[in-house]
Amino acid sequence: MDFAIQFIINVLSLGGAYALMALGLVLVYGILKLVNFAYGELIMVAGYTLHLVGGSPLPWLVMALVAVVMAMVAGLATDYVAFRPVRAKSVTAVLITSFAFSTLLQNGALLFISPRPRSVPLPEIFSQSVMIGGIPTPMRDIITIIAAVVLLGLFAWLMQKTVLGIAMRAAATNFTMARMLGVPANLIISSAFAISGFLAGVVGILWIGRIGTVAPGIGLEPLLIAFIACVIGGMRSLQGAVLGGFILAFIDTTLNYTLSQDLLKFRDAFTFSLVILILLWRPDGLIKGPASGQRT
Amino acid sequence: MIEVKDLYVSYGAVQAVRGVSFTVADGELVTLLGANGAGKSSSILCVAGAIKAASGQVMLDGEDVTSANPEAMLRKGMATVPETRDVFPDLTVDQNLTLGAYVRRGDRKGVSEDRERMFDMFPRLAERREQAAGTLSGGEQQMLVIARALMSRPRVLLLDEPSLGLAPAIVDKIFEMIAELKAQKLTILLVEQNARKALQVADRAYVLRLGEIAGSGTGQEIAGSTDLDALYLGG
Repeated sequence: MDFAIQFIINVLSLGGAYALMALGLVLVYGILKLVNFAYGELIMVAGYTLHLVGGSPLPWLVMALVAVVMAMVAGLATDYVAFRPVRAKSVTAVLITSFAFSTLLQNGALLFISPRPRSVPLPEIFSQSVMIGGIPTPMRDIITIIAAVVLLGLFAWLMQKTVLGIAMRAAATNFTMARMLGVPANLIISSAFAISGFLAGVVGILWIGRIGTVAPGIGLEPLLIAFIACVIGGMRSLQGAVLGGFILAFIDTTLNYTLSQDLLKFRDAFTFSLVILILLWRPDGLIKGPASGQRT
Repeated sequence: MIEVKDLYVSYGAVQAVRGVSFTVADGELVTLLGANGAGKSSSILCVAGAIKAASGQVMLDGEDVTSANPEAMLRKGMATVPETRDVFPDLTVDQNLTLGAYVRRGDRKGVSEDRERMFDMFPRLAERREQAAGTLSGGEQQMLVIARALMSRPRVLLLDEPSLGLAPAIVDKIFEMIAELKAQKLTILLVEQNARKALQVADRAYVLRLGEIAGSGTGQEIAGSTDLDALYLGG
């Protein structure tokens, strides 16, 4: 019983973080049919912002807010620098420009800050524990679960009930038709990047909250996680991204519990083997999503 | 109102439209007829701004709108019903209509009145308003796409093959509705393969063949002078 509670909390908190990461990636992919390879750097930007404002006397929540806003700004910058100038011309060009922008941000951090990990300010609560069912549970896991529930709820509301959200879903299935109804392409794409940046910013703070430091390469793992979660869940479906995030967390946590010390080093190999099995069974991912239109 | 001059549209090396010119006056219903591949849909999509012209001009009320963005064309009062019957399958009927009124979203009262008007006009849609549009039948989807286009309160409606692949009873219904819209003084450009039906409602018609205009005249003239069956076969 103790074990079950601990396991469930682990899966939910890891899965919540994975799901938010995946959602930020698939949101842009759905509309542009292009993977934003600079997505991980949005998390890095949030981390370094937190590091840089760390010395100020601001309350922590304000610092966190600044970090999230900076991640949104970086998301919008990705659109303006890497996507908009070449979007209509060629897929290959956008692959390269988004990689280039990712490298540019990483090298900026290497050059102007440091190649070594830097500490970020975290409130006391991140290192505290509470007793749940007789088990000491880190508060940061509880915070991650709460943040994931709130943000997923907010996101669902945005996509279901607001005209902007409905327009974004429409643009993801058939961009040209949405434009023929007067939905402006640039507004939709910029909104997607801003929301993607917002999710990356929040998840970045939670992610860095687990590690305690930020380094230039910190974005790679979240990008990979988000990408795999999307592939498992189905690249065309927002629900799929969330589902994929939780499944990936379930696999990772299960392996953490069951593999012996020696084998734990190879956890990723086990994870990816399972991912391959899932894809052999469902090549389009678990949730197919609506048939999608042409890339624009 | 719409004036197309010497329009060319190409897909790579293939020229789909080669020097097409036509006009549509205010309140007029003009139809473009022709076989598959005659360049009808390319012409209408180019007017709608969904594809770019290789050369030539599209004028709307004397303003040059050649290769404008599709969203700009909608704002100028031109709504499009594409041939591919593009409902947003995972959105509900209601949400599809909401998007149709995207440019008027500030006018809540007007939008909800129009929504009810559409449901009066298409009771089938009213029964299914909370259903995902992808679950509707072909005829219902066509009604939804037309209703959605009307939600923007357009001055001009571009209809691309509204009868394609529908049962005869539904085709009749769609054409009744087109006649009704025409009676309300809406300017309509209609692309059809069903030439007989189209000529019954059209003021004027143009016949396209292999990307060029092969003939034009009033509905009766074209009906009298053209072998309508040959139109289907590209004759």
